[in-house]
Amino acid sequence: MTKSKKLRKNNVENNVEAMEQGWAIMEEGIAKLKNILEELESQFSSEEYMRLYTTMFNLAGRNNIDDDYICQQLYNNYKESVQAYIMSTVNPSLRDKHDEFMLRELVRRWSDHKVMVKWLSRFLSYLDRYFVVRKKVESVKDLGFSCFRDMAYGEVKHKAKDAVIALINKEREGGQIDRALLKNVLDVFVEMGKGEIEFYTDDFEDAMLKDTAHYYSRKASQWIFQDSCPDYMLKVEECLKTEKNRVSHYLHSSSETKLLEQVENELLVVYANQLLEKETGCRALLRDDKVDELSRMYRLFHNIPKGLEEVAKIFKEHVHSEGLMAIQMIEDATCNKTEKAGGARGEHALMTTFIELHNKYSAYTTGCFCNNAVLHKALKQAFESFCNQVVCGTSNADHLASYCDYILKKGGSEKISDEAIDESMDKIVKLLAYISDKDLFAEFSRKKLSRRLLFDRNVNDDHERLFLTKLKQQCGGQFTSKMEGMVTDLALAKENQNQFHEYLINNNAAIPGMDLTVNVLTTGFWPTYKTCDLRLPAEMVKCVQVFKEHYEAKTKHRKLTWIYSLGTCSINGKFDSKTIELVVGTYQGAVLLLFNDAQRLSYSDIKTQLNFEDDDLMRVLHSLSCSKYKILKKDPDSKFVSPNDYFEFNSKFTDKMRRIRIPLPVVDDRKKVIQDVDNDRRYSIDAALVRIMKGRKILGHQQLILECVEMLSNMFKPDVKVIKKRIEDLLARDYLERDAENPNLYKYVA
Amino acid sequence: MTRASKRKSDHQTSESVKSVRTDSVRSASSKAAMKLQERIDELYNKYANTASAIIDPEGIEKLCSDLQVDYTDVRILMLAWKMNAQKQGYFTQDEWRRGFKALKVDTINKLKKTLPDLKKDVLKSDNFVDFYNYAFRYCLTEEKQKCLDIESTCILIDMVLGFQYQPQVDSFIKFLKIQSDYKVMNIDQWTNFLRFCQEISFPDLANYDTGEAWPLLLDNFVEWMKQNANVDSP
Repeated sequence: MTKSKKLRKNNVENNVEAMEQGWAIMEEGIAKLKNILEELESQFSSEEYMRLYTTMFNLAGRNNIDDDYICQQLYNNYKESVQAYIMSTVNPSLRDKHDEFMLRELVRRWSDHKVMVKWLSRFLSYLDRYFVVRKKVESVKDLGFSCFRDMAYGEVKHKAKDAVIALINKEREGGQIDRALLKNVLDVFVEMGKGEIEFYTDDFEDAMLKDTAHYYSRKASQWIFQDSCPDYMLKVEECLKTEKNRVSHYLHSSSETKLLEQVENELLVVYANQLLEKETGCRALLRDDKVDELSRMYRLFHNIPKGLEEVAKIFKEHVHSEGLMAIQMIEDATCNKTEKAGGARGEHALMTTFIELHNKYSAYTTGCFCNNAVLHKALKQAFESFCNQVVCGTSNADHLASYCDYILKKGGSEKISDEAIDESMDKIVKLLAYISDKDLFAEFSRKKLSRRLLFDRNVNDDHERLFLTKLKQQCGGQFTSKMEGMVTDLALAKENQNQFHEYLINNNAAIPGMDLTVNVLTTGFWPTYKTCDLRLPAEMVKCVQVFKEHYEAKTKHRKLTWIYSLGTCSINGKFDSKTIELVVGTYQGAVLLLFNDAQRLSYSDIKTQLNFEDDDLMRVLHSLSCSKYKILKKDPDSKFVSPNDYFEFNSKFTDKMRRIRIPLPVVDDRKKVIQDVDNDRRYSIDAALVRIMKGRKILGHQQLILECVEMLSNMFKPDVKVIKKRIEDLLARDYLERDAENPNLYKYVA
Repeated sequence: MTRASKRKSDHQTSESVKSVRTDSVRSASSKAAMKLQERIDELYNKYANTASAIIDPEGIEKLCSDLQVDYTDVRILMLAWKMNAQKQGYFTQDEWRRGFKALKVDTINKLKKTLPDLKKDVLKSDNFVDFYNYAFRYCLTEEKQKCLDIESTCILIDMVLGFQYQPQVDSFIKFLKIQSDYKVMNIDQWTNFLRFCQEISFPDLANYDTGEAWPLLLDNFVEWMKQNANVDSP
């Protein structure tokens, strides 16, 4: 028993001795290391290195893991040495220097410290392997760094931070500074964190950001008054560039976003409205088409929160006022002149101006505004706001339809190229998107299409179909189905005509008596035309009869309704001087044929014989007796037809042409079209309401209105009052009922 | 009476003296009930048209003069409501009985005395909505008629709502006479007018929201009121 005690005692005693001896050697090493750092001695020799390493190794080897006496001692001694070194050497040297010199010293001391710790941790590496792990303490290196951080860095960090910030500001004002030094200093801050950035952020970055904010706030408050908007923006761009540059050269990369944010905040966010509202601001740039400046504005405002909202608002107002100005100009120029002179050209001027405006500002949104959604929306809203105004007495749906008509007519007579037509059509479809009365546009287009198909000699099938395809892509199939049907009808009509000719050839009994061409139109597709019970002259009756027989033989179960108001006929007028071929409408032809059997007829004679209505007959007689070509003589020879007039065949009539057209002027049925569309809308609203309620069963009032507007939005914009009226109507007709508890809730009645 | 006696015979064997006493009370009250019914019927026959056995407008006029109440007084309408009379100007015997039983009266004098109570009863909010809607339906004389002409509506609304919401009613009647969009009023508009009086502050109309499900007629009324308010203020 005693033996082992003794042994152990010896061991302990030996350990203490060994420790003392070993550490003494270490101290020598440390002293040498200090000298090396002060450049008073050169490097360790390999023997010196081996001696130190081996001593420590052996010492550590004697360690008993029961008490860890040796390792603990080593660890403590090491810590004390490092601390002593800092206190004696590092801190004094830092204390007595300032500004740049102090920063240089800091950099130097840290680099020295790293070297020292590196060497010492090599010597004490045995500790790291086992003791540190076992005791869960800081590694030798980390311990060394912690000492520096707590004792040296801790003392000097404020001064260092202030010095760095001062230098940054010096550079901002144009002074030259040592960028490498700053980078090294800031690396110290970063390295203090040992992988975490918190020391850099807490001890330097926060203060730097605040200081930056102050700096730019001062600058901004001067610049905003002195500089024009473009100049200010240039400065902002420059500042941002400089700060970014600063980060890449000596600040830590994590500072970039925060730093730029501060700059943007002080220069832009704070003064955003003031800047935009300057006399040289956003409005002026738009007015003067300063594309570059606007691009810059977009780039700058794009990054700040809600930055583009104000820009978008100004943009929208500008486009809106441009639109209104265009409208005003055109109204002044054309509507005040006589209708005939300015009317047609006026409409096209309006549409072409709209298209130009749209091109211009679309280019802005795709170009300087980089296709940004907020700006696109502003453009859309601006166009919607003025595209739906009434100009020259009629809505833009009408104007647009007239413009389409004009383009397609021109295309038919080949006055413009195919590409130009394609382009125009694209523009038209784009403008259509802004017009809320799309159903009105469809109706006007349909009417004009029917006139083109039936009366225009140069109608181009391909162009018509192309246009309908584009419309369909934009607005859906429902929009164009009727018009497509119309075009198909005409295409089929040619075939039907061939069949009719064959029938005539093969059937000797069928003799119409004259050349007859019949277009059979499908009722649903074409606009409704007023039919009148015209009592045809005998010659025409025969034609109709023959065709009827042919048609009934061809297809059963179809009813033909003859629309004479749309027909044309060629009649030879045997005048005294020469025979002239007259191309007239069927109505006019019927009237003229009467004069084959009578020399002179009264208004009422004609009316009874043909069974015309007054308004139709007046128009017909006017075209034949009071306008350019006086085929009939009117007694009395007044400007307008009255029911007491008498008419005679004007045998003295002549013209240099051998063939003349006498068109019947078109009745302006705009009001009727608008009325029809209004009626259709009522049914559409009803249908939409019922469909929604059928699906939802119970729905609140506001929600119902919202969904109804949504459902109908691609055809027209329903008036909320009208919807309310339709709801009341549905309530009265027991399609819907109010909820007993909540009068704002509707229930579907199955 | 026979029924009552049947009951008596069923229970008599097994019941105690107490039940006999309650039975006798019951028979007494049922005797009283029979007498009441008789008096009510008697009164009915006083006013009924002998040919049709129904009280017709002439009979009602007589009733009114006996009650010393005007023919067009709202209390007659309230009486009709209590009876749940179906046809304007006529009371059937069932309706008569129903009304009188509900009011617990059997003579003209008692009826006259109870009219103020009747009025109070009707004015209780639950009853009032029912009464208000009843009043409209009562005036629809034709079968399947859903709307009332504007003139009759004006009279009716004054009668039924005048004492409670005089300013609203006066303005509304003025408006109805001026406007030409509507020639008749339907039950939906009628019902909502009461809600209007109850919910909307008058005459500032501050909490009226056209975005809500008010009938268009009332939207127009509010617009008219606001226009006139601007005209009147100096």
